[in-house]
Amino acid sequence: MQTVFKKTPVLTDAILHYCPGCGHGIVHRLVAEVIEELGIQDRTVAYVPVGCAVFGYKYFNVDSVEAAHGRAPAAATGTKRTDPNRVVFTYQGDGDLASIGAAEIVHAAHRGEKITTIFINNAIYGMTGGQMAPTTLVGQKTTTSPYGRDENHCGKPIRIAEMLATIEGSAYIERVAVNTPANIVKAKKAIKNAFECQLAGKGFSLVEVLSNCPTNWGMSPVESMEWLEKNMIPYYPLGVKKDITKEV
Amino acid sequence: MAKKLMKGCEAVAEAAIQAGCHFFFGYPITPQNDIPEYMAARLPKVGGCFLQAESEVAAINMVYGAAASGARVMTSSSSPGVSLKQEGMSYLAGAELPCVVVNMVRGGPGLGSIQPSQGDYFQATRGGGHGDYHPIVLAPSSVQEAVDMMQDAFDLADVYRTPVMILADGIIGQMMEPVEFHESTSKRELPKKDWAATGWSPASGRPRAVVNSLYIEVDELQEMNDRLQARYKIIRETEAKAETYNTDGAEIIVCAYGTVARICKSAIAICEKKGVKVGLVRPITVWPFPEKQLKEVMDQPSVKKAITVEISAGQMVEDVRLTVNGAKPVEFFGKPGSYTPTAEEIAEYIMKSREA
Amino acid sequence: MVKLTIDEGRCKGCGLCVRACPKKILELAKNKLNEKGYHPAQMMDIEACVACASCARTCPDAVITIEKE
Repeated sequence: MQTVFKKTPVLTDAILHYCPGCGHGIVHRLVAEVIEELGIQDRTVAYVPVGCAVFGYKYFNVDSVEAAHGRAPAAATGTKRTDPNRVVFTYQGDGDLASIGAAEIVHAAHRGEKITTIFINNAIYGMTGGQMAPTTLVGQKTTTSPYGRDENHCGKPIRIAEMLATIEGSAYIERVAVNTPANIVKAKKAIKNAFECQLAGKGFSLVEVLSNCPTNWGMSPVESMEWLEKNMIPYYPLGVKKDITKEV
Repeated sequence: MAKKLMKGCEAVAEAAIQAGCHFFFGYPITPQNDIPEYMAARLPKVGGCFLQAESEVAAINMVYGAAASGARVMTSSSSPGVSLKQEGMSYLAGAELPCVVVNMVRGGPGLGSIQPSQGDYFQATRGGGHGDYHPIVLAPSSVQEAVDMMQDAFDLADVYRTPVMILADGIIGQMMEPVEFHESTSKRELPKKDWAATGWSPASGRPRAVVNSLYIEVDELQEMNDRLQARYKIIRETEAKAETYNTDGAEIIVCAYGTVARICKSAIAICEKKGVKVGLVRPITVWPFPEKQLKEVMDQPSVKKAITVEISAGQMVEDVRLTVNGAKPVEFFGKPGSYTPTAEEIAEYIMKSREA
Repeated sequence: MVKLTIDEGRCKGCGLCVRACPKKILELAKNKLNEKGYHPAQMMDIEACVACASCARTCPDAVITIEKE
């Protein structure tokens, strides 16, 4: 028998604590598969955030560090600068990266920090119970925007990939989604490109992954993937936002 | 080695490098800018890395990351900046990571002043951030002493897996004094950093490293706290240091740390001329507070009272009172903000207090 | 011949694999509960499976293993 698909050993055997149908599990697996395929498990250090992925260190089968809320890019910088041979990635949600950690991510990109960031945008604070995120869509109901996000009150959602693509130090920025098998394949390719960008020493790389939150969106997993496609992708267009890796 | 005239900040930076610290993450703030500036010039020459962070918050988290990967690492700041670092300090303590943080204290609260102060004593010695923790806090009273304590500051951090703070008033940072650098060697047995996140695979022959301060189960968090408290107990019992000066048969004991302690020595000389014997207990570690050393001096029958002198509204005086525990009166002399008392003012207070 | 293994104990019954399957041969086992209380996914017609692995790639909990002769 030939194996077509099995769980990568770069994911531990721990059962993920995520809710049924949560995209975090998909993205964890993609990152782990990329680490396995690139043969970099023994030199990779994972920085996990505060948010739903706070227990990421239980799942990524690599040396792992738990960072304070939003500070993963700064902490990851500490590892990368003391040991440039490490492959360092941060895994952050939209509250962690786009809100409290906005300064840290902007300046990691600005320094051209040779780290890779996997940014999960599911338009909500998951861990704390469904509060509004900077990425929450206009009109979207959350526990702190119970009448729907009002742009006159708290602005329109922030497009991180586009914003970071304007920064000189960014080398590879792409937005992907995990709503369909085809998009999941593309997401994995983007994550691989981002890690390869780091390995080539080109600069800062980030993949923004549009993901779902069935529990806090109040939908079934299947409905949430459809909601993502209909509502998030039009506002957050998929694709490569910056890529200097192919320049000579 | 010949003596060299150096500014306190620069001397501290050089001593850190000589103690094997090759990584520094910082952010500008007066009066400690000479430290990052010195590091920026020197670290690239010794194969290290200086990085100017976007904020004090980022700087302490870079320190967290570097420490998590096993590096000897330092940051420095001054009061408002150190407030910003407190979140990181708590995480460093919780994740049991070694590092050195220098605070060249300036006047507060708020933006305060850029003049020296001792108003950060509570913040430094009580932990400063959230949760039950203490950094070890060393308080030099001269540039030479600051230089001499850097090696041990890093060693203490490594041995106890804790942040160590150098709590120096802005005078120490900005004053030039002759200093001598002795060859820096560790006097302690340093443990292997086999917990550090340096890259792992199943073939690594060690458990996978997880640097973390999250213990969601009550029992596990208790275990981590018990581990910290057990360590703090050893630190309290073995690492408290103080200088005693002119204490034998003294009538009054002055308790002061940092630059103020040096001014107190001049005040003691003034009192001596007036026929009054005053001694000094100068904590070198302010956490752990040198309770044994102070108590021993205060227990002398000749001693009638203690007077604590600080550039604050009275912070260390609480530790002095806890130590003396009501056995003898403890008075306070000092002003909050940035007012550094003169020897004459201190002597005048001592003489008046004696008559009272 | 395709062999598709579902680690039922880890399955959370989210149904994303059911949605992903182009052959519509996966479903949630309505009359079965795993230890966690979920209806795990089950294969209805292995003969029709083309081993495209869309289900496995979509599964957030990495419960599906696929082998092929």
